[in-house]
Amino acid sequence: MNKNKIIRYQLVYIVLLFLIALALVLNVNTGSVRLSPAKIFKIIFMGFEEGSVESNIIWKIRLPRSLTAALLGGALSVSGFLLQTFFRNPIAGPFVLGISSGAKLFVAVAIIFIAGSFSGITPYLMVLFAFLGSLITLGFVLLFSQKTKNMSVLLVIGIMIGYICSAITDFMITFARDNHIASLTFWSMGSFSGASWGTLGVISVVVAAGLFCSILISKPMDAYQLGEGYAKSMGINIKLFRLILVTLTSLLSATVTAFAGPISFVGIAVPHISKMLMKSSKPIVIIPASFLCGSVFCMFCDLLARTVFAPTELAIGTVTAFFGAPVVISLMVRQRKNRQ
Amino acid sequence: MYFETQRLSVGYSGKVLVRDISFSVDRGKILSIIGPNGAGKTTILKTISRHLEKITGTVTIENDSIFRLSNRELAKRLSVMLTERVDPELMTCGQVVAMGRYPYTNSFGRLTSEDRAIVSEALRMVRAKELQDIPFSNTSDGQRQRIMLARAICQQPDIMILDEPTSYLDIRHKIELLDILRSLATEKKMAIIMSLHEIDLAAKISDYIICVKGDTIENCGAPEEVFTSDFIKSLYDMEGGTFNTLLGSVELVAPQGEPDVFVLAGGGKGIPVYRQLQKKRRAFSTGVLFENDVDYQIASALSKCVVSAEAFNPVPELKLKEAKALIDQAQFFIDTGVKLGAYNEFCVELLNYAKERGKMILYDTQELFSQNL
Repeated sequence: MNKNKIIRYQLVYIVLLFLIALALVLNVNTGSVRLSPAKIFKIIFMGFEEGSVESNIIWKIRLPRSLTAALLGGALSVSGFLLQTFFRNPIAGPFVLGISSGAKLFVAVAIIFIAGSFSGITPYLMVLFAFLGSLITLGFVLLFSQKTKNMSVLLVIGIMIGYICSAITDFMITFARDNHIASLTFWSMGSFSGASWGTLGVISVVVAAGLFCSILISKPMDAYQLGEGYAKSMGINIKLFRLILVTLTSLLSATVTAFAGPISFVGIAVPHISKMLMKSSKPIVIIPASFLCGSVFCMFCDLLARTVFAPTELAIGTVTAFFGAPVVISLMVRQRKNRQ
Repeated sequence: MYFETQRLSVGYSGKVLVRDISFSVDRGKILSIIGPNGAGKTTILKTISRHLEKITGTVTIENDSIFRLSNRELAKRLSVMLTERVDPELMTCGQVVAMGRYPYTNSFGRLTSEDRAIVSEALRMVRAKELQDIPFSNTSDGQRQRIMLARAICQQPDIMILDEPTSYLDIRHKIELLDILRSLATEKKMAIIMSLHEIDLAAKISDYIICVKGDTIENCGAPEEVFTSDFIKSLYDMEGGTFNTLLGSVELVAPQGEPDVFVLAGGGKGIPVYRQLQKKRRAFSTGVLFENDVDYQIASALSKCVVSAEAFNPVPELKLKEAKALIDQAQFFIDTGVKLGAYNEFCVELLNYAKERGKMILYDTQELFSQNL
């Protein structure tokens, strides 16, 4: 029994890593300019044709974009998993609870009123503002969650807060100066197109830290699945634990929103898929699996977003919704069944 | 004493719900808290397991105040079984039980072979070995309670606190669970504190009882001292109905009015008839019952007109007269088919008396009800 489980874990990890490699190759390979895999290999690993158009396409556009999609997809999934643990509800996620929209609002405020332009803001400042936005919206959601024990009400509140934040953001974008509008609009719909090596550095630092800390709290997360009372009786400092969980989940989803805008459904669907693959809900197994699975999911979704209607690019949220929403519906239906 | 509270006051956000709680439990003993709904039993249990802040007073384990112990230290000495509904995703029963090892495992929660052995032992104690690999969500209420108990055992505590462990369980599972608790107390020398709804079971399982009512502990002591019918009636503010402490049985509200049925009973023959009459809310009289007769216990709960006589003695003439007076009042006479012996020949006398007086003689209640009499 136990051995089978470990083999299963290893197998899933290997398959996910392979899929990441595959997605990376496909992402770098596909686009309006077609390049042979051999040439790509030479350009990446042997510094072939430095300065040429092909080299620039790969080094300056496709590679950073794929890696960004991988890191942010993973971060978003882990953030969703943390929220689901926190609320003990499989349908919780940064987008559903309005946290992504809160982060979006704050980033828009920072861009329009403080920096003055999209490029005039440093990546760290973006993360900081997004983080503040996430924390504040999550704070509101928590405030309401204390008043109601009903999970459906909580989700509706989250969705409403999300709508309010989006409405304010749209309002500001409408009255922003013309030169901001194009980039802001596209960003606020969600896209990995803004990726560069500069932002990638910031992203890796923050995401790595978030992921590392999440793994460190996997033991209390496991016990928390039995409910607050039992968790407390086993020696967990509940207040501290909840604070850490809220901070980590806000940090991770804020990073995503800062650099790729709000992306829906990944946060709910991917942790669920990971649990199904692993047939387990043990955080120490699911956190890394969610991360890898989220990377694969977002890289393929970005690939589709770029290529299906090329040269027109779809918003990443359009693609993730297309694949993620059915998973969420099946979850809702199943949860209802269990309650009855 | 192993576990002790002194002048403890408990409540929510500074408001006192129950005050001056002082009790103690030794290892190997079971203490039950009884009292009406909303009396604060759960609040007391939550406070002494440190889920709630105390208001004043002390709680000690072996002279160490529980409020000074670290979370981990407390978790190693005290475990709980709560009423919260647990619904973990994709966890097997074995994994839920293993969670009890939390205070002992390393920072990644890795189970050693010793931990696994303890999990197996806990599952064996609650007789749920076969559930180890079953998903927790596929189990019944009875199985769940046993799994949660095994989890609490895994924590290897010296004291276990359980909040209404028997609610939602059917009678078989109630008995099984209490039996396991008793063996935990005797074999593992645990001190057990729990709240119970079933006063009949509380009387049988507990070494010590405390009764909560209003904002105080109304009574405490060994079950024999605490349980008197009158006390139970006042503890729960029962207006009709009684709790028979001798038999541990609950009787419903006695029918009111002038009795027009006399029941000739004895040796347990009367009980089904009394219950039938109670269901139809028909007042009855009965006699002559010896005071050690089981019929007497139930009859006196359900009727005011019971003629009884001291056991182990011949029935005095006076009592027979009383019975005859009741027969005179009644219209019907039910002969329940009492077994006759050397000392209850008076039954024949009473039956003949009823016949003489022209009372309608019936042999069960069906006749009485079917003819709408």
